Amino acid sequence: MEHTIPEKHYLNEATGWKSWLMTLDHKRIGILYMIMVMFSFFLGGVFALLIRWELLSPDKILMGPEMYNQAFSLHGIIMIFLFIIPSIPAILGNFVMPLMIGAKDVAFPRLNLASWYIYVIGFCFAVYALFTGGIDTGWTFYTPYSSESTTAVIPILTAAFVLGFSSIFTGLNFIVTIHRLRAPGMTWFQLPLFVWAIYATALIQVLATPVLGITLALLMLERVVGIGIFDPAMGGDPVLFQHFFWFYSHPAVYIMILPGMGIISELIATFSHRRIFGYKFIAFSSLGIAFTGFLVWGHHMFVSGQSDLAAVIFSFLTFFVGIPSGIKILNWIATMYKGSISLDTPMLWALSFLILFSIGGFTGIVLGTLSIDVHLHDTYFVVSHFHYVMVGGTVMAIFGGLHYWWPKIWGRMYNETLARIAVVMIFVGFNITFFVQFIMGTQGMPRRYATYLPQFQGMHGFSSIGALIMGVGFLLIAIYLIYAIFKGKPAGPNPWRALTMEWETPSPPTAGNFEGQPILEHGPYDYDKVIPENALKPYKTI
Amino acid sequence: MSQITEHPAHLQHHFTDVHQQAESAKLGMWIFLLTEVLLFGGLFCFYAIYRSWNPDMFHNAHAFLNVWMGATNTVVLIVSSLTMALAIRSMQLGKRKLTMWFLAGTVLLACVFMVIKYFEYSHKIHLGQLPGKWYFFEGIAGTNPHIFFSAYFLMTGLHGFHVLGGIGVITWLFIKTARGSFSPEYYTPIEMTGLYWHLVDLIWIFLFPLFYLIG
Repeated sequence: MEHTIPEKHYLNEATGWKSWLMTLDHKRIGILYMIMVMFSFFLGGVFALLIRWELLSPDKILMGPEMYNQAFSLHGIIMIFLFIIPSIPAILGNFVMPLMIGAKDVAFPRLNLASWYIYVIGFCFAVYALFTGGIDTGWTFYTPYSSESTTAVIPILTAAFVLGFSSIFTGLNFIVTIHRLRAPGMTWFQLPLFVWAIYATALIQVLATPVLGITLALLMLERVVGIGIFDPAMGGDPVLFQHFFWFYSHPAVYIMILPGMGIISELIATFSHRRIFGYKFIAFSSLGIAFTGFLVWGHHMFVSGQSDLAAVIFSFLTFFVGIPSGIKILNWIATMYKGSISLDTPMLWALSFLILFSIGGFTGIVLGTLSIDVHLHDTYFVVSHFHYVMVGGTVMAIFGGLHYWWPKIWGRMYNETLARIAVVMIFVGFNITFFVQFIMGTQGMPRRYATYLPQFQGMHGFSSIGALIMGVGFLLIAIYLIYAIFKGKPAGPNPWRALTMEWETPSPPTAGNFEGQPILEHGPYDYDKVIPENALKPYKTI
Repeated sequence: MSQITEHPAHLQHHFTDVHQQAESAKLGMWIFLLTEVLLFGGLFCFYAIYRSWNPDMFHNAHAFLNVWMGATNTVVLIVSSLTMALAIRSMQLGKRKLTMWFLAGTVLLACVFMVIKYFEYSHKIHLGQLPGKWYFFEGIAGTNPHIFFSAYFLMTGLHGFHVLGGIGVITWLFIKTARGSFSPEYYTPIEMTGLYWHLVDLIWIFLFPLFYLIG
């Protein structure tokens, strides 16, 4: 069946740059975020490639040690604060979540736009720092080095501080939206699991980020005013900074992964055409991860000099994080069992997630074990572990989600063949890049060094080739996705035949999302009761 | 609910009714207050750690704070919370003039608080009882007494910024009330600011004993 693009939709209902910069439409704000966040991803990716290029040889290729310190610091800071934390909630959460719950917008549209502007201000501070001395502290800003480094620490701390507010406001907005703006009939257990995941994420954003704010403020005061609270010479304690920092930044890794897990739940159910297995377990495990995430920050500090008792307790508690994550993985696999699986591109991303995230998760258990971590701490094993979780997990989910909702966002399909080639390239390139890093780590290759012993050259070279393959893969994705916006085939309202509410609107959706207030007529995964079609059907409203 | 229900001017298009809009604002405000508590929480944590490490120094240093000024400020803020609550009540009853009086009273009391704070601060700055490397006062026994004043200035300073913010917002409410923007049907901004103002008050009620009444 041939589809056409509807005449009026949110992309053309108002035109001109002002209609974008002053928009209160959650869909347009999602797209504004997409532009900024994806540009940050590109920037962080460039630094990643520079790092891998330098590491082709133990000798200097294009960066000395100081430059190298800057490159990995900027890679980390950009990827974490500018890309991965805002990515899924701010882009896809903004665009899809209100549609999924049958709402016209988020609860506070003006606050939503404000949080984008705050993000842009934070972005500008980061770019300013980049051109005024860079940053060489690593993304963790550990004292006492960060209170002494001569690089642009203050601008970059300001950037992270400001970006934190953006994150808090998004989280606040989403919590209220999910509580108050659900369509009639949409009880908590009729919510799509992506919404549950966004909700759990928002809770962490709201509860953890203020602590990062005050921590960074203290560090700025330490540098500017010399209050000395992290300076042992003045009776302060640098380890206190680590405690404060990880109290936010450990929960923050769940800000990064939870929404990704939400996307995977949608993808697995849609492409298995089957009711999701263990709905309530998946929903509550999101909250479980959010909760346990607050209790394990000390596992980043096993060798920092914290008390042995604290280290043992943190190690023990860390194992608990494995339980809700395991519940999700097993439920997703159970959903696929006897489902009729179609291997469209989003599903390929979801399957990549399952494999790579499992490796990342299991090595997390290894690192959470106190006695092993003492040996592996600050080696490439750690680097590889968190890239398996963050790239193998979250980035796979982001791209799975982008491919899944691309036809909804723009109304047009991308080239399926190129998309499948790209996902294979990323999967293969990723494993080439990072799997050897586990091996290097166990052999004692320390992280954050511009040089290394000659015996590691083979593995470093191998890893760099993988990074290049990934780089080309992402470039390919950018090309065919952007091409699809203008020239893709019209997708129709529901190209994947999914049952969540966003597919009941035209693609692209109209400015007000729905005609009137829709009423929920079936659950998000009722594939045993309803056979969805790629066509607009009248829905009940009040 | 029928489609023909009246559509008041203050109802935004994405809410189905006024009740939903008011409830959303309330929940949003409570979450915002939660983030404020966590922001201060970092500083309270900082206070707890350094006080447990330097109990004697904290005890000696606190004697240099003026309890009477602190106590006066406590009373001033509590009364301002009362006037704020009365402002909300007056608007619920539709008494616009009275609301304006109570809002003005709240701003006035907040200013009194800041003036007293100004005298306390300038006295300490004069004596050199200052945070970190700026500390030059001699006469407090114990290690690193500057840490006490780091905590004092950080926590009361952050609180002071919140009082200033409150003064700004309540003044804005005063102008809006004078223009007749609020009514017994719609007074959400006053109510939300009231919640904020009570939190600012509450934080001071914790700060006062922690700094002025040690031991």
